[in-house]
Amino acid sequence: MSHFDLIVVGAGIIGAACADAATAAGLRVAIVEPGPIGGGSTAAAMGHLVAMDDDPVELALSRYSLQLWEAFADLAEAEFSRCGTLWVARNPQEIGAIDTRIARLAAAGIEARAVDADELYRLEPLLAPGMAGGLRVPGDAVVYPPRVALHLVKRACAHGATLHHGRRVLTLGDGAVTLDDGSRLVGPVLVATGCALPQLLPELPMRSRKGHLVITDRYPGLLHHQVLELGYADSAHGDADSSVAFNVQPRPTGQILIGSSREFGDGDSAVSPPMVQRMLQRAFTFMPGLRDLQALRTWTGFRPTPIDGRPYLGAVPGYRDVWAAAGHEGLGVTTALGSARLLIDLLRGDTPAIDPAPFAPSRVTT
Amino acid sequence: MSGDLIHLCVNGQSVAVPEGANVVAAVAQVTTRFRRSVHGEPRAPLCGMGVCFECRVRVDGHANLRACMTPVREGMQVQTDD
Amino acid sequence: MTERYDVLVVGAGPAGLAAAQAAASHGRRVGVIDAQARPGGQVWRHDIAKPPTRAAQAAIAAIDHVELLAGHTVIASEGHTLRTESAHGAHDLEYSALILATGARELLLPFPGWTLPGVTGAGGLQALVKQGWPITGKRVIVAGSGPLLLAAADSLRTHGAQLLGIHEQAPARTMAAFTAQLWRWPERAMQALGLRARLASVPYRFGSHVRAAFGRETLEAVEIVGPHGVQRVACDHLAVGYGLVPDTGLARLLGCALQDGAVHPGVRVDSFGRTSVTHVFAAGEACGIGGLAVARIEGAIAGHAAAGDDASATALLRRRTRARRFSGLLARSFALVPHLHALATPQTTVCRCEDVPLGALDDFSDTRAARLASRCGMGACQGRICGSALAELGRFMPAGSGRPPLFPARLDSLAASAGDLSVTADC
Repeated sequence: MSHFDLIVVGAGIIGAACADAATAAGLRVAIVEPGPIGGGSTAAAMGHLVAMDDDPVELALSRYSLQLWEAFADLAEAEFSRCGTLWVARNPQEIGAIDTRIARLAAAGIEARAVDADELYRLEPLLAPGMAGGLRVPGDAVVYPPRVALHLVKRACAHGATLHHGRRVLTLGDGAVTLDDGSRLVGPVLVATGCALPQLLPELPMRSRKGHLVITDRYPGLLHHQVLELGYADSAHGDADSSVAFNVQPRPTGQILIGSSREFGDGDSAVSPPMVQRMLQRAFTFMPGLRDLQALRTWTGFRPTPIDGRPYLGAVPGYRDVWAAAGHEGLGVTTALGSARLLIDLLRGDTPAIDPAPFAPSRVTT
Repeated sequence: MSGDLIHLCVNGQSVAVPEGANVVAAVAQVTTRFRRSVHGEPRAPLCGMGVCFECRVRVDGHANLRACMTPVREGMQVQTDD
Repeated sequence: MTERYDVLVVGAGPAGLAAAQAAASHGRRVGVIDAQARPGGQVWRHDIAKPPTRAAQAAIAAIDHVELLAGHTVIASEGHTLRTESAHGAHDLEYSALILATGARELLLPFPGWTLPGVTGAGGLQALVKQGWPITGKRVIVAGSGPLLLAAADSLRTHGAQLLGIHEQAPARTMAAFTAQLWRWPERAMQALGLRARLASVPYRFGSHVRAAFGRETLEAVEIVGPHGVQRVACDHLAVGYGLVPDTGLARLLGCALQDGAVHPGVRVDSFGRTSVTHVFAAGEACGIGGLAVARIEGAIAGHAAAGDDASATALLRRRTRARRFSGLLARSFALVPHLHALATPQTTVCRCEDVPLGALDDFSDTRAARLASRCGMGACQGRICGSALAELGRFMPAGSGRPPLFPARLDSLAASAGDLSVTADC
C-alpha cells in the first residue's frame, strides 16, 4: 500500500497538467495511465489555444489558462506557434456580431480587432471571394498536445511523481484506488479520464462527441492563421446531433489541419466517409483552393461533453477525497493549465484565481 | 518504344525525355536532389514505385506529387525544392 | 457516377491479370485497377526502351474484354465500393466480388547514409530505369538479398549501367544449398542460369552486405563488408533491397485478417483465395511472397472462385501447392542474417518523411506512443517504408491505420459525395 498526496487517474492533457501543477506545489503524486500518455482526446485534438467568448465562464477559464500557456511558448516539445485566430464573416449580419465579440474579449483582457474585407484577403489570400470581413485575435496560438502531455508527465516525474504506466484503475473508493495489478494507492484521487469518466464516476454524466480531422502534406506559407467561420460557436456549442464548421489550422510543419465535425451518438471511432465529405465541402466553401492539396491522414476523436458543456472541476459529492477534472469538450487543450491550477488550489484549500463555482461537479449531482 | 520526345521544363531548364517516361526521368537529367527533407537534407527517389514519396516535386503548380507516378506531358513545368 | 462490376481486381500485375482473365472467361463484367499508367505490375513493368516479354504481352492481351482502369489509385472504401483517384478526379467503383492482387513492395532497411540521393532499392532502381532514369555509364553496386538482385542487375546492364558488383547477404554455403535444390524447378533453374550467363562479367559475392553509404549532397562511395573484410568502393548508385514484403494496405483498410505470427504478414486466405471478409479475395504476393508462377496460378484460382466457378479453381490447386513450395525454399535460402538488423545506429534516420532517428523510438514500447511523440510514420509515405523496416528490426509492427486515404489523395477526391462524382471527374 502506497500513500500519496494526490493520485491522478488519466494522463491526457488535463491529468498531465494536474500532475505537473501538483508536483510544482510540492505534493507527492501518483499518475495512473493505461494507454499512451496523451493518447485519448488529447492525441486527436487540433491543439488550438483559443479564446472563445460565447460563454463568460469558459472565457474566464480560457483567459486564465492562456496566460499560463505563455510559459510554453519557447518549449520545443510544445511546438508552440502564435498564428493567431482569424474569424471569417460571410455577410453583414456576421460582421454585425463582431463588435460585441471584441468587447467581450476586451473585457477579459484579450486583444482582438475587426478586419475589413481587403485586409482579410491580404491576411489569407486562399479565402473564397465574397467574404465580408473578419475578427482577428493575434494572441491565439497552436501547440502539439500529445507531446505537451508527455512533457508535463515527464516534468511531474522529475519532481517526484510516480507513473503507473500501463495500469488501469479497477475500483475507486474514498481516498484510494485499486489497480489492475492488485496494488492499492491511498490518498486523494483526481479522476481526469475524459470521456471515460463515467466508468469510475457514473454520477457525473458525460457524452462523447465525435470529431473528424484531416491533415495534409506540407505546404509551407500557404495558410497563416487558424481560420474559422464566425458561425463556429453555433456548431461547437449548439446541441445538434451532427454539425460541421470551417476550421483550418496551419501546423508549424507547413501541414494544414482541417476540421471540424461534431456528432453525438456515434461511439465508433472509424472514419465516416460521409462526415469527412460534409466537413471538407464546408471547408471548400470558404477556401476552394484547399481542394487541390494532398490529404495524408484522417482520424477521429471524442470530446468529453457534460450536459451544460462546462468541465467538472472540483470535489465529487458523495465521496471523501475524490475529485474530478474532466469534460472540457473541445477546449481541453486551451483550458488544461488553468483547470489544473484551479483544481490544485481547491485541493489545497487555497482560493483559485477564478471563480470555481460554475465548474463544481455538485451542480449535476444535487 | 516510340521514338517521340516529350519536352518539359525542370527548374527552368528545358529537358527532353522519351514518350512514356515518368517525370522522375526528366528531373534526374537536371538534378540529383528532388526535395529537401524536414531537416533540410537532400533526397531523391528510393523505391521507384510510388511507395516512399521521396520523389515529391511540384508539377504545373501542384506541390507534393510523386515524380515516379506522373507520366510526362509536353510543356510540363516541374520544380524541385530549392 | 458509380461504375458497377461483377468482379473488380486491384492490381494489374501477373496475379491481377490472371484473375481478371479467369473471371472474364465466365462472362462477368470485370474491371482491373492499377496505379501505374500501364498494366504489368512491377515484375512486368513497362520499359520505355524495351518491348515487353512474351509472357507479359500474352497476359496483357488476354484481358482485352476487361476494363482496365490504369492510373487509378485506391484511396478509400465504403461497403462494396472502392473510391479511386486518377488524373481525372475521383471515381466510385462498386463490386460484387473484389480480388486483391496488390503485390509486394521492396523491403528497404535503414543504414548510415541510406537517405543520400543515389541510394535506391534494387527493384527500385530497376523500376526507375524502366521509366527513363538515365543510367548509361553510371557505376552501380547492387546489394541486398534475393533473386531480384540478379533480375535488377540484368535490367541495369541492358540499360547501360556499369555494374561494379552484386552483393548477396546470404552466406555462400546457403547459396550452394539453394542452387543444389534448383533442378527440381527446371524453369527457374534455366532462368537463373540465363541471368548468371548475361551477368558473367559482374562479380556476384555471397555473405556480403553494404554497411554504410557516404557522400555530401549525393552518393559517392559505399562500405561493403564481406567474408574477406571491409572494402570501400566509389560509385554513383547503390541499388539495395532485402527482398519483398506483401502489400496489405488495402486488405487492412477492408478489415481482412492477416497471417498470424509473420514479421511481414500476408493476407490470410483459404485455398480459393477467400479472405476473412465476404466477397473479398486475394492472390499472389499480397498473400505471401511466392514469385511470378505462384501469382499467376493464385490469380486464376481467385478469378474463377470470384466468378463462382469452384471447379475450375479446384483444378489449379495442385499446381499452386507445387509453386508455393518453391517460395518456401526461397524464404529459407535468403533469410536475412541477424547483423543486418544492427546496421542502423541510434542516429540513423528511420522515418525518412519526418526525419526521425531510430534512437528517438528507444523510450517507447508502444507503437502509438512512439508515433505520437516522434511523428515516426506520420509522413507522406504513411509509415510504409519505416513500418516494414521497424517490423524487420523487431521494433514495432507496421503502422497502417486502416483509415482513408489509403494513399495520399487530393482533398477534393475525399470530399466528393457518393453519386456526385460526375461533377468532380472533369476537374
